[in-house]
Amino acid sequence: MRNLLVGRRGLLAGSASLLIAPQAVLAQQAPAPAAGGSAGDQSAVIDVNRAQVEPIPIAIPTFGGQPDSLASQIVGVISNDLAGCGLFRPLDPASFVQASSSIGQVPKWQDWKVIGARALVTGQVDSPSAGQVRVEFRLWDVLPEQQLQGTAYTTADSNWRRVGHMIADVIYERLLGEKGYFDTRIAYISDTGPRSARIRRLAVMDQDGANNRFLTSGEWMALDPRFHPIKVNELAFMSFAENQPRVYLFDLGSGRQSLLGAFSSMTFAPRFSPDGSKVILSEARGAGSDIVVVDLGSMAPTQLTNSGAIDTSPCYSPDGSQICFNSDRDGSPQIYIMGADGSNPKRISYGDGRYFAPVWSPRGDLIAFIRQGDSFALGVMNTDGTGERILSEGFNVDGPSFCPNGRVIAFWRSTAATSSSGAGYTTRLVNIDITGFNERMIQTPTDASDPAWSPLLS
Amino acid sequence: MKLRLIGAFAAVALLSACASHPKTTTAGTGATAATSGPAPGSEQDLVQNVGDRVFYAFDRSYLSSEAQATLDRQAAWLAKYPQVKVLIAGNCDDRGTEEYNLALGSRRADAARDYLVAKGVSPDRIQTISYGKDRPVALGDNDQAWAQNRNAITSVQGFNPQAQ
Repeated sequence: MRNLLVGRRGLLAGSASLLIAPQAVLAQQAPAPAAGGSAGDQSAVIDVNRAQVEPIPIAIPTFGGQPDSLASQIVGVISNDLAGCGLFRPLDPASFVQASSSIGQVPKWQDWKVIGARALVTGQVDSPSAGQVRVEFRLWDVLPEQQLQGTAYTTADSNWRRVGHMIADVIYERLLGEKGYFDTRIAYISDTGPRSARIRRLAVMDQDGANNRFLTSGEWMALDPRFHPIKVNELAFMSFAENQPRVYLFDLGSGRQSLLGAFSSMTFAPRFSPDGSKVILSEARGAGSDIVVVDLGSMAPTQLTNSGAIDTSPCYSPDGSQICFNSDRDGSPQIYIMGADGSNPKRISYGDGRYFAPVWSPRGDLIAFIRQGDSFALGVMNTDGTGERILSEGFNVDGPSFCPNGRVIAFWRSTAATSSSGAGYTTRLVNIDITGFNERMIQTPTDASDPAWSPLLS
Repeated sequence: MKLRLIGAFAAVALLSACASHPKTTTAGTGATAATSGPAPGSEQDLVQNVGDRVFYAFDRSYLSSEAQATLDRQAAWLAKYPQVKVLIAGNCDDRGTEEYNLALGSRRADAARDYLVAKGVSPDRIQTISYGKDRPVALGDNDQAWAQNRNAITSVQGFNPQAQ
């Protein structure tokens, strides 16, 4: 057991070696404004909730210190996170007047203003002891010429990518006024093999695609991974083990799988309640499927719907008071909302087409969905069904999952087979901003489907 | 891994067998089990002489008269071989979400099972499973392929052409 100082945002993710202890670094030469505070009209701090914003030009010169390679790799992680979210524009280092900026000194502001930088990140990497790395960084607001943040992280050096993501999250939060989502993982289903007998394995990776791990062997089909909202190492998922398709819990730390509940028929479409105390799921029963909630303490199931129709894809509102779900009770698949106790089900989707896969935004104001018309579309609507907006379309799209701050939706696309052999059929993970901008592929080592975004790891 | 490969090859062989034998070929039974024919009561017997699958309309689970005729033959065949237990797998085309199609496949398998039970087959002999849209038998993406993939496939237990 390592004896590391755990600071205000110390964290434990899987093992003691993942302890990361951030410490505030006092501003030496420049005052730091309060978190989220405005630094005046010239500040790089912006209100991200306004419509389309210009990405913030940000300079991230290579961190000083040793080892050099680690310093540049950490800068690479930060830069990739910030560029990938579409809200920042990391400036080309070739344009820098000074290649680096010592962390102990106030920046030469003019050198950064002249290349158009609004924000500047400087940093230093050191190895205080064998196997340990200390990363200190400062975030500077260039036009008002002040420091916004200074923090140092000390951790096992194998955690260097996470330090990069945590720094990117701090930059995001200080400049945009809301929490970031870079220190997160995505669980998904890895798809390999011929279309007639796809091998579908549970896998997990960092949100940027690094540190991929396969969690099941592929002997039995796995589907529908979902993260616990608090215990970041716990997943719910569905396995076809022994031809008995059921929802299981999976502990990433120990690798242990455990059957959820004692159901006599298929259970699927699991999702944790926002407080993590329950799993809501669908149970196949006769011609229909019912929505059932399982208390994780007592493992007692409570049936919430009994329509005789297909009731599936349940998802709680972030306050836990309501549930959105998919049902064909009125003759075609549509989206419904009911109370958390199953009361007052009410249809909210009335657009042209068949609606599926409702997912409540963590902000509470939107429901993402899949709509099938001539093709498939990913969209969002208000929770009363108004204000429907289509974000992306394709031959087939499925499985929306919000990032923790609700700004980005991960989903998956499949392409149509172009021959009777199934050739041309692919599955890919994709991200898109809820504005409909900045759609981009998530790199995975195999075809991939069913993404599930984790909560922030720290 | 080996098992899975064998399963995949077997599924291909069955498909071509279906294609070359129109379903109406054997209105009779496998009673005249010729020396060269499949073993009576076997999976091959079910596929070749009875018909192992029924098809459904888009997003529906009702049994057409053709599907009912196939299930009538399955019920008679199961009456003849009372030791045989079967698995009915409900399947869907890929025009729907994964979760909805799991439910729809379950509904389709259930419809076929209920029909066989109504025709006197003991429910203890029938297990059902839904693969949703994950085990297509036709691998293209067009109306004909999707029609083939909206099915319930009956297989002799211990021989599941779709099992992984």
